[in-house]
Amino acid sequence: MKLNTNSNSYTILYACGVVVVVAFLLATVSQVLKPAITANERIDTKKQILSSLHLKPAQAEVEDVYASVVTSAIIVDTAGTVVDTTGGFEVKRKEISDTCLPVFICQTNDATKYVLPMVGKGLWGGIWGYMAVNADCETVYGIYFGHESETAGLGALIATDDFSNQFVGKRLTSADASHALSVVKNGSKKDDETTQCDGISGATLTGNGVSDMLQSTVAKYKNYLLNLKNNETK
Amino acid sequence: MSQLFSKANRQVFAAPLGIDNPVLVQVLGICSALAVTAKLEPAIVMGLSVTVITAFANVIISLIRKTIPLRIRIIIQLVVVATLVTIVSMVLKAFAYDVSVQLSVYVGLIITNCILMGRLEAFAMQNGPWPSFLDGVGSGLGYAYILVIIGAAREFFGAGTLLDITIIPGYPTNGMMVTPAMAMILLGCVVWAHRAILKEDTKK
Repeated sequence: MKLNTNSNSYTILYACGVVVVVAFLLATVSQVLKPAITANERIDTKKQILSSLHLKPAQAEVEDVYASVVTSAIIVDTAGTVVDTTGGFEVKRKEISDTCLPVFICQTNDATKYVLPMVGKGLWGGIWGYMAVNADCETVYGIYFGHESETAGLGALIATDDFSNQFVGKRLTSADASHALSVVKNGSKKDDETTQCDGISGATLTGNGVSDMLQSTVAKYKNYLLNLKNNETK
Repeated sequence: MSQLFSKANRQVFAAPLGIDNPVLVQVLGICSALAVTAKLEPAIVMGLSVTVITAFANVIISLIRKTIPLRIRIIIQLVVVATLVTIVSMVLKAFAYDVSVQLSVYVGLIITNCILMGRLEAFAMQNGPWPSFLDGVGSGLGYAYILVIIGAAREFFGAGTLLDITIIPGYPTNGMMVTPAMAMILLGCVVWAHRAILKEDTKK
């Protein structure tokens, strides 16, 4: 018997069949691979945090190095009070808000560093990063930038070491507080060498996004860093 | 074995590389060709991914071609491609995380690649699995090598590097080469050269 593949009932049944098979397939694959994917994502996040501290361990050593360097991951709010002394690592990028700001307290080279996560918007999609602040709470120890979909060869260059190494040693805000850490047009950083970094030619909008992200992060963590600094001088 | 690589099958594989190139002659897949060729590396990765996905989507569609109701065939093709791409992307995330980070946006772009739909509709719906597989690989490679040519030209003249290795030290970033408009112009030049060579061949 030849099946009429063009009848209405066959078409509807076929469509239903395809939907069921595909849904089952995707759900199975997703469930089976979920643990491996989550583990990979955690390792990737740890790698990024370590990268802001100038540490680039091999894939297999990431967990060990992270455990030895990061002493605690706390949550603070914009007023600078500590909300939770654990659980900073579990905060997803989307969940970072004024009342939920993770801080990673790290020990490296016999000095305490504070790693602050950053989130912002680039030209095409989200950008993020981790900024390691020195124990003086005023200067940058190291920085890491990541992006979802900036232009290859232009905006995507923010993820390179050439770009991020410029930030090492820069101040979060200038001594007279007139400038904050920012990215400016290539070659025009003379206004304030202590806080400004060169942008990338052809990637002005990504650069502006990075600038906004840096400044909003500095503003959000200002009180926390101020508290730390005051405690230190006491 | 001789059956597998018969003259007709070899023709199926070779045509998309030359006289029936999907990008140059059929002018398919232009959108992604412009988007991913700012540098050589994403161009290579995208070319290979499209080759693999086209080949396997072709085989799957070819296997079920006789059962597909005519009225919803495009939807079925799209579902097969989207499922395949999603599964590949999940497997990469689980077992080759670094590669999946690099591919990130391109994986999504594969689904919308016109070459895929074009080959499924024009070839796999009428032919058996093995010729369909060859056709998919051929079309994918035909697309890949054009991407590589344009990607190499744009990265070399845009940044003085190839695969991030500096070729010309101190080369200033040439923004014009990196913008999509230049990809269009370069692609035009490649089409021109291809047509000219083809014309010479047919004259003989």
